[in-house]
Amino acid sequence: MGREKVREFSRAVFAQSPLNHDPEAAVAAGYADVVAPPTFAVVVQEHALAELLALPDTGIDFSRVVHGDQRFSFTRPIVAGDLLTATLTVTSVKTLGAHSMVTAESRIVDASGDHVVTAISTLVVRGDE
Amino acid sequence: MSIPQISELTVGDIVAERTIELSRDSLVRYAGASGDFNPIHYRDDVAESVGLPGVLAHGMLTMGLAVQPVVDWAGDPGRVEDYQVRFTRPVVVDPQDGATVSIAAKIGQIDAEAQTVRVDLTVSFAEQTVLGKAQVRVRLAESL
Repeated sequence: MGREKVREFSRAVFAQSPLNHDPEAAVAAGYADVVAPPTFAVVVQEHALAELLALPDTGIDFSRVVHGDQRFSFTRPIVAGDLLTATLTVTSVKTLGAHSMVTAESRIVDASGDHVVTAISTLVVRGDE
Repeated sequence: MSIPQISELTVGDIVAERTIELSRDSLVRYAGASGDFNPIHYRDDVAESVGLPGVLAHGMLTMGLAVQPVVDWAGDPGRVEDYQVRFTRPVVVDPQDGATVSIAAKIGQIDAEAQTVRVDLTVSFAEQTVLGKAQVRVRLAESL
């Protein structure tokens, strides 16, 4: 996770905290480098989800996917310089009429294998009306 | 940076409020920063072709900006332990006038023992809420 990516994302979500932008402020607060906003984990999760959606046997049409809900549960915040690995598990698939609801959980760990954050997404795949 | 004192908080307290003006530029910026290049977030023709009322803000952009007043109140993004939302209505961003999103953050629950609070967000656009069950658990202990 590069520092400039964290700062670019911070600007994009209107984050004003100096800890998101200024390495000196982040170090003074006890972090190794700038701290990512809470929803930054989506950048990591997005890669894992894209792999899932690209699998030929999921039968998911990307243009029909709507984001239903999202959750992040942290052990610690993401900090610039982190080397993160996400493991995605599909935890539930439900059918509601023509629609399907897929819940995917991405467990994100750092270079030591310690848990950083788990991102849980429910995607609604719209069926034919 | 001073941390809000849990003993001085009451359920129902409004701890932060903010209004954010989104423009099409904001959406392009978020697309680049997040890697979500779904064209419904920047092309009117594509949005129309899939039956949408217009170009929409990314749900994750709305989620991302809505927590910022809470981060500033708590003084450190690392104090957010858990954050969840349900996407209930879209934010339609007009090419000229953009969209105004307003955020109110209220104390929903206090756990004095764990030194955490649940902050409930009301996020509105065009006088309707766009996020449901938008809850942030914030750690207010002296040391993280």
